[in-house]
Amino acid sequence: MSVVVDRRLNGKNKSIVNRQRFIRRFRSQIKEAVSDAIKNRGITDIDRGEKINIPKRDISEHVFRHGNAGRRKFTQPGNQEFVTGDRIARPPAGGGRGRGGEASDQGEGLDDFVFELSREEFLDFFFEDLELPDLVKTQLTTITEHRYRRAGYTHDGVPCNINVVRSLQGALARRIALRAPHRARLREINDQLAALNDDCVGEDEQQRYLDLEGERDELWRRIRTIPFIDEFDLRYNHRVRQPLPTAQAVMFCLMDVSGSMDRERKDMAKRFFTLLYLFLTRNYERIDVVFIRHHTIAKEVDEEDFFYSRETGGTVVSSALKMMHEIIVDRYSSAQWNIYAAQASDGDNWHGDSPVCRELLLEKIMPCLQYMAYVEINAEERQRLWQEYERVCARYDNFAMRQIQTPADIYPVFHNLFARKPA
Amino acid sequence: MTGRYLSQSSDWDFELIELYEAEIARIAGGFGLDTYPNQIEIISAEQMMDAYSSVGMPVGYNHWSFGKQFVNVEQRYKRGHMGLAYEIVINSNPCIAYLMEENTIMMQALVIAHACYGHNSFFKNNYLFSTWTSADSIIDYLLFAKKYINDCEERYGHESVEMLLDSCHALMNQGVDRYRRPPKLSAQRERARQKDREAYLQSQVNHLWRTIPQAEKPEGADEEERFPREPQENLLYFVEKHAPLLEPWQREIVRIVRKLSQYFYPQRQTQVMNEGWACFWHYTLTNRLYDEGLVNDGFMLEFLQSHTSVIGQPGFDDPRFSGINPYALGYAMMSDIRRICENPTAEDRRWFPDWAGGDWLKVLDFAMRNFKDESFIAQYLSPKLIREFKFFTVIDDDEDDALEVVAIHDDAGYRKIKRALVEQYNLSHREPNIQVHDVARRGDRSLTLRHLECDRRPLDESADEVLKHLARLWGFDVRLESVREDGSVDATHEVKAEH
Repeated sequence: MSVVVDRRLNGKNKSIVNRQRFIRRFRSQIKEAVSDAIKNRGITDIDRGEKINIPKRDISEHVFRHGNAGRRKFTQPGNQEFVTGDRIARPPAGGGRGRGGEASDQGEGLDDFVFELSREEFLDFFFEDLELPDLVKTQLTTITEHRYRRAGYTHDGVPCNINVVRSLQGALARRIALRAPHRARLREINDQLAALNDDCVGEDEQQRYLDLEGERDELWRRIRTIPFIDEFDLRYNHRVRQPLPTAQAVMFCLMDVSGSMDRERKDMAKRFFTLLYLFLTRNYERIDVVFIRHHTIAKEVDEEDFFYSRETGGTVVSSALKMMHEIIVDRYSSAQWNIYAAQASDGDNWHGDSPVCRELLLEKIMPCLQYMAYVEINAEERQRLWQEYERVCARYDNFAMRQIQTPADIYPVFHNLFARKPA
Repeated sequence: MTGRYLSQSSDWDFELIELYEAEIARIAGGFGLDTYPNQIEIISAEQMMDAYSSVGMPVGYNHWSFGKQFVNVEQRYKRGHMGLAYEIVINSNPCIAYLMEENTIMMQALVIAHACYGHNSFFKNNYLFSTWTSADSIIDYLLFAKKYINDCEERYGHESVEMLLDSCHALMNQGVDRYRRPPKLSAQRERARQKDREAYLQSQVNHLWRTIPQAEKPEGADEEERFPREPQENLLYFVEKHAPLLEPWQREIVRIVRKLSQYFYPQRQTQVMNEGWACFWHYTLTNRLYDEGLVNDGFMLEFLQSHTSVIGQPGFDDPRFSGINPYALGYAMMSDIRRICENPTAEDRRWFPDWAGGDWLKVLDFAMRNFKDESFIAQYLSPKLIREFKFFTVIDDDEDDALEVVAIHDDAGYRKIKRALVEQYNLSHREPNIQVHDVARRGDRSLTLRHLECDRRPLDESADEVLKHLARLWGFDVRLESVREDGSVDATHEVKAEH
């Protein structure tokens, strides 16, 4: 007796719980791998899964096994040249596993255990340091927002979606169509009856007259039983989910690259920019990112140069702001673009330059911006620039600023931005 | 003639599978194969990966190590480093076989012959399986285990259950009774008795550790007596019954892992036989289908292509080599038995006087029922196969500066090679022999294990980690002594319990 069962529709993610436990168990290793990945990735590229390597010895499960010493005996197939009594020089320990001598269950290599994190899992790890509130996390991880749009009519739906006009049109058409053959026959009968009426004499004719009348009544009865409206006629408004059409945005990343911005500060800045970028990808279809770095003079560069080249010299922040303004005027008119800016620095600025920055921001830049965030990373002490920016902050509530020490400090800068309902 | 083929294309549907199944069942019946009823389940590739990573248990409790397995399989499958097995079959009654939906009809037929008639009859009739496992109740027991562990997680937290399972898994191979026949598993009885057992076990433990002085005994007698009186090889059983600090639920989980280990123990001992038997029958049954004109040449060519790749045995110096392929050796031996029965040579008659030239069906059936890998090889490996496989035996002695070839496939070598292979397949030789030797009942309650060394082979460095796991279960210090071949004893490992 045999039974064949189709199990293909049964749940397939039986292992998901075990997978999550595995990830939870190796949190720290995975986290390290994730932060390496963040360092090596472009900020526009953060939004996908990642291949994770964990050294195999970290995750191996231990059991009692024989070690590699003592007198071992093994029998293998495929002898070509050996005869009894042959002596073979021992292959160097650990050197390529060419001889295949070792039983395979002992061949625990030092290769890494490799597997892939899904995009959600990856972002989860990325967010962990940033200490984002849960609401923001979901906001950032959901792929696209949807809106219902009308798309014609369907045969089934809920009562509140019934389209009355359509349904009645359908009913009318059905009634006409179903009655048509009866009506045609009725007309024939009426004609015949009229003809019979004229010369109604013989018994045959009388009988025929009565038959026709009977059939006429029957036809009328049938016509009357065709329902006025049938379930079959009902039409419902059809709605489909469509991704929300979104506008375009440009994001300016401004960073001080003078000598005092070291590796660590740049990494922190990168997370800061990345978070804003992620936020924008949720809300805008198309995002341009402009990187402007500056010391005493500003320069528009690509991402590689932005994060990895170092220059020395003084710091004139206004040069970057000026350049940003020029680019806005030149390429990104605020009528067509949502403009966001993020600036990271260690707080240094040439003394006389800070008031100029304030002027630029207040008069020219802030009016065209959606939002601007400024962070000072590991600043030694508050300097003139901070004070001037505080005045900007007082005027515009879409300007946010903060001093940060750890990745966890980054999120509060954007607090207002994330709290707002996306446009 | 053409009209009689069961199928022409490579697509399958359910009727076709049933058709093939019925034909194969008819032929298998003709050969006298005795099987459990079959339950053939069609699953997708993702489901196959799930089945894979739960080590073939259709319902498994949750543990990260299964997740690791899954992640590994998934990754390798996605990158094309490995194909999935075409089939997984479970030793249960009815016998559950998973077929992948991606297989062609040829493959489905092969798998039905292989799993539903080959493995199935082996599960039902081999003495190890019928003695040590009970196919009727395993699914129920697995359900019980899953639910019990789930409940424990809810009551005592994931962390503590996970730690406990880690420790049990580390000792899983030392959690089997090798000689004593265990009682049959039954989920219902298990549930009913589990409560009683909790109370009883706990009282036993307490009794053992009781500190209230007892009536005076004749002097000296008490001190001399060691506990356990005889060495115990089943570490998990010993922990379950005697670990002083475990809670009742922890003992139950130790028991679950031990029972599962016991359930899989026959499979570990009969790889060569089991696969060989299944391959032999899928080959024989499919050929019979062809002889009867039920399948066409295309089907047969595709079949032979899969069959030969399954039973391929690369030589030791081949880059694809990864040990002796149990399918290859098993299939070769099973076919060889048939050959020796049907066309024995003088050599065969000399080696196997009892059955050479006998009825091959009877001889094979007897072999399948009454052996495990080591004894099967000891009994049935013929010189002809040793020559065909070109087996050779090498000794790697760390007191010698070179490896020595001690036997090859010649007259002088046949018996040596056979003996070496038997040792290689003997689980108790392959795995270190570790026993519970002593418990310091009057002292620090430490547990002492003894490793009986064989051929001077030491334990590898993972032993320390395993002992840590044991110390976690035992609750007190754990020591390990190695007994050399000359009888001397050295203390080699010691792990302090965490407090």
